Amino acid sequence: MTITVDGISKRFGKFQALNNVSLDIPEGKLTALLGPSGSGKTTLLRIIAGLESADSGQIAFSGQDVTKLHVRDRNIGFVFQHYALFRHMTVAQNIAFGLDSLPRKQRPPKAEIQKRVNELLEMIQLPHLANRFPAQLSGGQKQRVALARSIATRPKILLLDEPFGALDAKVRKDLRRWLRNLHDEFHFTSIFVTHDQEEALELSDQVVVMSQGNVEQVNEPTELYARPDSRFVFDFLGQVNVLSGEVQHSRLNQGNAWVTVPGIEHQGNAQLYLRPHEVRLATAPVAHANLPLRIEAVSLIGSEVRVELRPEGWASEGSDNIWEVGISHAEFNQQRPTRGDLRYAVPEIGHLFTDKDTQPATVNWAEAESLPRVRLIN
Amino acid sequence: MNASQSSRHRRVGDTPVIKWLLIGIAVAVALALLIVPLLVIFVEALGAGWGTLADNLTDQYTLHAIGLTLFVAALTVPLNLVFGTALAWLVTRFRFPGRKLLITLIDIPFAVSPVVAGLLYLLLYGRNGWVGSWLADYDMQLMFSWPGIVMVTVFVTCPFVARELIPLMQQQGSEEEEAGVVLGASGWRIFRTITLPNIKWALIYGVVLTNARAVGEFGAVSVVSGNIRGQTNTLPLHVELLYQDYNIVGAFASASLLAGIAVFTLAVKGFVEWRQTRTLNRLQTEETA
Repeated sequence: MTITVDGISKRFGKFQALNNVSLDIPEGKLTALLGPSGSGKTTLLRIIAGLESADSGQIAFSGQDVTKLHVRDRNIGFVFQHYALFRHMTVAQNIAFGLDSLPRKQRPPKAEIQKRVNELLEMIQLPHLANRFPAQLSGGQKQRVALARSIATRPKILLLDEPFGALDAKVRKDLRRWLRNLHDEFHFTSIFVTHDQEEALELSDQVVVMSQGNVEQVNEPTELYARPDSRFVFDFLGQVNVLSGEVQHSRLNQGNAWVTVPGIEHQGNAQLYLRPHEVRLATAPVAHANLPLRIEAVSLIGSEVRVELRPEGWASEGSDNIWEVGISHAEFNQQRPTRGDLRYAVPEIGHLFTDKDTQPATVNWAEAESLPRVRLIN
Repeated sequence: MNASQSSRHRRVGDTPVIKWLLIGIAVAVALALLIVPLLVIFVEALGAGWGTLADNLTDQYTLHAIGLTLFVAALTVPLNLVFGTALAWLVTRFRFPGRKLLITLIDIPFAVSPVVAGLLYLLLYGRNGWVGSWLADYDMQLMFSWPGIVMVTVFVTCPFVARELIPLMQQQGSEEEEAGVVLGASGWRIFRTITLPNIKWALIYGVVLTNARAVGEFGAVSVVSGNIRGQTNTLPLHVELLYQDYNIVGAFASASLLAGIAVFTLAVKGFVEWRQTRTLNRLQTEETA
């Protein structure tokens, strides 16, 4: 079942939660609605579910307009952020609720409901907790029960509101994998809301980045990370280092820092965005860049070493005025960077935003060290 | 050395002198103001023996007063049960202009003196009142008869149920009900299987309080009832009448009945509270186990 969102607007008092949002959710895919709080992602999810009504616009499931259809009749699965399990019912009663609520004619016989509940309990690996009450379960268990309850009536659409928001890191990772498998097995059309970029990129087939009631960008996770369309998406998806300055004669300058940007015709203000893994650290400036930085902190935890540096004689954009560079453990063992050392950042790939273009130009210095050039994406 | 030793076992503010002084004052006040008067009622009522008490209680007018009081409570409690639940549902599940004002208005019967409430009803529904004069044309009389007593009792007791439910329903939120709707349940099924079990004990508590007040209300009822013996005399009014007739034993006999109802109410209230904490504790211990 595809979901079509067409020109949805929603206003709460003076607050514009959604601003003419249009979106296509492909069938059988897992789509993430990603954005900071207040970006309208949960409101959009609730409007798709029918828990909230839009001020204007239409929602269609497989081309059929459901805007006026009551949430009760939309046959969707919805998983709430805080599980919303019925606290006075056992786990088994919770899971059976949707089936018990079917109109008499469609309702399966008691024995079959019981069988279905048992199957679902097997699936969520909690058959031994069938007679427990929600208050006796851990967060991860509650979330699995909530999922089982939402798919008991075999909906075609599964909507999840911050499904792993309240869980600790370890449980969250397990449940993510589990949800992915579940999705692949049942072929729902799923949408989940999250503010966690890692979760969105890891779990989904398609990411919708939202900001202030607007859709900023829609793309596959890998594409989205590699080619953000806007400054907002860049900032929101992962750590980024920014050199903001003025371009003169193909060179971006700020203070005593500069980077050559070959082939650029633009003169005036521009910002260069660099991912931590798109920068090397050297002990001396190179031909195409002079970015002196002093090491503030070195963190060895993780698959790569994270080095935090403070600009020396210039300033980074952002309140913390810190650049972050990721280097391999091998590199770390070779160079042994320590706090207080002076290093020079060497950009390999960068993304240049100018005032006149809304989309960035990708600059690749590493591709051909001798002949760098500007390549425009799209 | 003594000081350092004792300070190790004592927390700030935990001085024995102050502690026992406060306990002493509390016990003395409770004895003088609450327990002794309550005991006096029963002692006085039984002063002339069980037989006299029974005689006094089976007096024709006393029996009528008991019947009327129970009748008024039996009408008031269900009315306010429905009204209070509906009101709590309205202000916790919907957002609309004036919602905050409505929550404040619920407290009016608590803020206004019952006598004033009775007077307002008399002015509005009495034979010369706006509504009352119109009703009189159809030969309907509300004041100085039982409908008036029920009306003011409903007014005086209407906040109890809503006041118990609103904080609870606010805290529980509407997510469970939303989950119910998404799963296809009808409004009635959601109320019956999700909302009602969640608010059950608060509701019972509210009903207990409503009932206690409905039985014991004096001020508002005394304005609108007209104190007609054997017709519009409720038990609290009857106590006053007997007392003014210098029938002290009779007054205390009726009063002991009211006090008995109060003690019974407190017992039920205590049981309900105990049930609630026990359920909570059980859930918590099982959660940690």
